[in-house]
Amino acid sequence: MIKISAVERHLFFEGILLQYGYDFRQYAEASLDRRLSHLLSQYRIESPLDLLKVILKSNDDFRKVLGYLTINTTEFFRDPKFYKALREQVFPVLKTYSKITIWSAGCSSGEEVLSLAIALKEENLLKRTVLHATDINPAILKRAREGIFDASVIPHFNRNYSQAGGKNSPSEYYSSDYGLVRFHRELLEPVVFSEHNLATDSAFLEAQLILCRNVMIYFNRQLQDRALDLFTNSLVHKGFLAIGPKESLRFSSVHGLYQPLAGNENIFYLNSRSEVSGDKEKKNP
Amino acid sequence: MSTQVIVIGTSAGGVTALQKIFLELPESFQIPIVIVQHLPADAIIDLNLVFRTKNRFRPVEAVDKTKIEKEQIYFAPPNYHLLVERDFSLSLSQEDPVVFSRPSIDVLFESAARSLGEKVCGVLLTGANEDGAAGLKFIQACGGYTIVQNPMDAEIPTMPQSALTRFRPDFIGSLKEIAQKLATFT
Repeated sequence: MIKISAVERHLFFEGILLQYGYDFRQYAEASLDRRLSHLLSQYRIESPLDLLKVILKSNDDFRKVLGYLTINTTEFFRDPKFYKALREQVFPVLKTYSKITIWSAGCSSGEEVLSLAIALKEENLLKRTVLHATDINPAILKRAREGIFDASVIPHFNRNYSQAGGKNSPSEYYSSDYGLVRFHRELLEPVVFSEHNLATDSAFLEAQLILCRNVMIYFNRQLQDRALDLFTNSLVHKGFLAIGPKESLRFSSVHGLYQPLAGNENIFYLNSRSEVSGDKEKKNP
Repeated sequence: MSTQVIVIGTSAGGVTALQKIFLELPESFQIPIVIVQHLPADAIIDLNLVFRTKNRFRPVEAVDKTKIEKEQIYFAPPNYHLLVERDFSLSLSQEDPVVFSRPSIDVLFESAARSLGEKVCGVLLTGANEDGAAGLKFIQACGGYTIVQNPMDAEIPTMPQSALTRFRPDFIGSLKEIAQKLATFT
């Protein structure tokens, strides 16, 4: 554990922003500093400024650092009860739309979109759905696009699939060989993967459902507000927003705009947009 | 003494140990307490049923970005790390487990040390692994006050023992002595 000076951390993240355009300045500090301290030990460097010199010269090192500063923890049907609630309370509403748009913000290595695609397929909704899956990290998006995982995920997948209200045999969705499982291509067909940064990019779609689960825990309150404004501007009227089970809208500026669904799965619907602050009326077609 | 937040880490035997400390603290005690107690990832517990507390102190599961307030006891949710921010709020994280643990005591202690420096007091209690030892040492290095349960008094001595092999904490004592020491901070 290395002590990090406030001035040096500031310069480090300013440097990354100037050179590479990634803005970590409003990430939650405690976790970010821990990872920065870890990186310094890995590089056997004492000061963030010396690490900055390394990554300014080497794109490869920057990619490594970026991968380390962003957390990619995810799993299939994470919190199975949440997926059950989606199927029971959200999908019936989605059914009333002829075209369905869903955004998985911070999709990481793709487990969440595959889980969604499976649930949508079982409700006969997949064919009319476009699933936008975005992440800040291009390396993790590349993995997500492939839909190939280590076979060790399977017992967990099978268990969560059933608990999440899955209707079939879980093995219908993948084939496995040589220690790898490949999820069927049709599941990823409606998925559009793209880079998107919640700290710097703007709204790009209009969705009926947005999932951003355990992503904003890495942001400070100001950046959480930015992301939530972005989601509010990307949702249709009465659209749904799903956040992680231990996250809360209570501390945010959009708090009054959303109503929770029954149950405690942290799924909300957008009740009114009127109170959104600032120049947020820039709705894209 | 400038302690404004107390962070406690414990594992096996922790529920009984924490209960004892809660009941030993005087009515007038107000300093907020933030706790990592190792639990299985899918554990569902009702903290208010598990713990009895005196006066207005209430144990709650930490929600992301909650402001730390007086007379509150915050627990890390199962399967999340819990961190203290500089503005006295709490953050959650799902980074990889540390010392096989999520929540990890080291993660809580390290963040509290970085964010609060001499304003934090770290307490390491009974437990069966080494999580917390490095973090507590870091709290001391950043100017905070450090307390370790006397291994002779601990249900499982591994955790306090592994701290004592690394550094000399500011205070070593039984659960009762620790509660008495904490009471002097108000």
